[in-house]
Amino acid sequence: MSDVRPDEMMTIAASRALRSEDVCFVGIGAPSAACNLARLTHAPDITLIYESGTIGTAPDVLPLSIGDGELCDTAVTTVSVPEMFRYWLQGGRVTIGFLGAAQLDKFGNINTTVIGDYHNPKIRLPGGGGAPEIATSCGEIFITMKQSKRGLVQKVDFVTSFGHGVGGSARENLGIKTKGPTLMVTDLAVWKPDPETKEFTVHSLHPGVTRKNVQETCGWPVKFFDQLATTVAPTAQEITVLRDLQARTHVAHSNATD
Amino acid sequence: MAKFQPLCDAVAENLHDGDFAAFEGFTHLIPHAAAHEAIRQGRRELTLVRMTPDIVYDQMIGMGMVKKLVFSYIGNPGVGLLRRVRDAIENGWPNNLEIEEHSHAAMANAYEAGAAGLPMAVFHGYVGAELAEVNPNIKSVTCPFTGEKLAAVRSVRPDVSFIHAQKANKKGDVLIEGIIGIQKEAVLAAERAVVTVEEIVDNFDDVHSNACVLPSWAVTAISEVPGGAHPSYTHGYYDRDNASYVAWDVIAADRDRFKAWMQDNVLDASPDNFAERVKNFRSAT
Repeated sequence: MSDVRPDEMMTIAASRALRSEDVCFVGIGAPSAACNLARLTHAPDITLIYESGTIGTAPDVLPLSIGDGELCDTAVTTVSVPEMFRYWLQGGRVTIGFLGAAQLDKFGNINTTVIGDYHNPKIRLPGGGGAPEIATSCGEIFITMKQSKRGLVQKVDFVTSFGHGVGGSARENLGIKTKGPTLMVTDLAVWKPDPETKEFTVHSLHPGVTRKNVQETCGWPVKFFDQLATTVAPTAQEITVLRDLQARTHVAHSNATD
Repeated sequence: MAKFQPLCDAVAENLHDGDFAAFEGFTHLIPHAAAHEAIRQGRRELTLVRMTPDIVYDQMIGMGMVKKLVFSYIGNPGVGLLRRVRDAIENGWPNNLEIEEHSHAAMANAYEAGAAGLPMAVFHGYVGAELAEVNPNIKSVTCPFTGEKLAAVRSVRPDVSFIHAQKANKKGDVLIEGIIGIQKEAVLAAERAVVTVEEIVDNFDDVHSNACVLPSWAVTAISEVPGGAHPSYTHGYYDRDNASYVAWDVIAADRDRFKAWMQDNVLDASPDNFAERVKNFRSAT
């Protein structure tokens, strides 16, 4: 599959991490595409939850927002927002939180709040939304984002959502019982935390990607696992299902007034 | 008992300068018509609260009505940032905007505590999150039974909450369906509650016994405004106008373009214009 785009490879590699038995809290954007691709391919029984209160949703097109009507139409049940956060998330019912990030450091700490100083920001971003508690209440956290030096940084400007803090046992030290970030899928590679330091380390390179490509688009000195693998190339089925999903989504969102 | 009245009267009687006000909706059922009426009436010095301030808060902030914003996510859902909010926070245009920022979990708990008549909400939250360091209203309490440290925030108790709903019956009971968000809590937490509805029906005899219904005596005023959530949507009535959310990013990017749009579409418009705006989005029935 030489014509696979990097963002398609990212979505497909991310989707593979999900299983039918997972209960997954879905972030909007890249995570939403990966989660729905998983549901439409190898994980048909996965429970997808959006923070608008839709539990067990199965949309035919990707939602533009976390509260599109189709999420509710296809959900097993739709609960209120306080119930969502209190019973289902805080109650420990969610196995995976799938998040994106504007800025991320090597320990998986995420910033979606500000670029620059909080009280005098250069760019005011949307903020945390559900993420600060998703990051600590879900069993584990998967992250997906495109690589760039602006995105993968030595130090995030603001810790919106706690990952592994300064690394090592930082989560345990704060009394957090969940695993935190265990996987990051970018457009170039699959990353996993080092078992000891918790630093995100490259586990596999996507087909055709070099170590140099990864380093050039990352703001910290990249480490690679000794047994560096190559990500399995997308199958014809994965590509077809993803492209069909994107095409349906494009039509649904652009021709609404026709 | 809820009073049926035109939206202009409901807003004039229930929203005052300096109020602590919520215009709630979670992507779905956002009360755009009520907010536009508030803009036309020129209310000032408002403290606005909402979990997900989106383009209608961008509009109110850009029009200089707001001195403080309490929120947990400020974005144009699925599109990006809010240009007018950014201009206010980053450049103080048209006025400085004080912000109090929380997470969704905190805000949801705070509204629920407000509805429950509690002074504060307690939950597992903000662990390791830097918001707790920049927002002095994020505190903690120790559980008297287990010794656990828990996050604590003040409850949200607005002077007035505005929501949009599918329908009211002739008695003034209100039915909310689909993604119900935080609206029930926003109404019950507030001193006064104004509801715009798509239609007024004779009765709710065919409504499921567990449906989300706000009894007439829990609501202050009801105004019938078909299409009143546009460009948001009303489940069962019309779909979300996603193209308008995308278009807003361009409109709001420039101060003069923004002001011209507000003149044409809000200041020179009326609640009656909303029905026309949703006619191409009507759900097939």
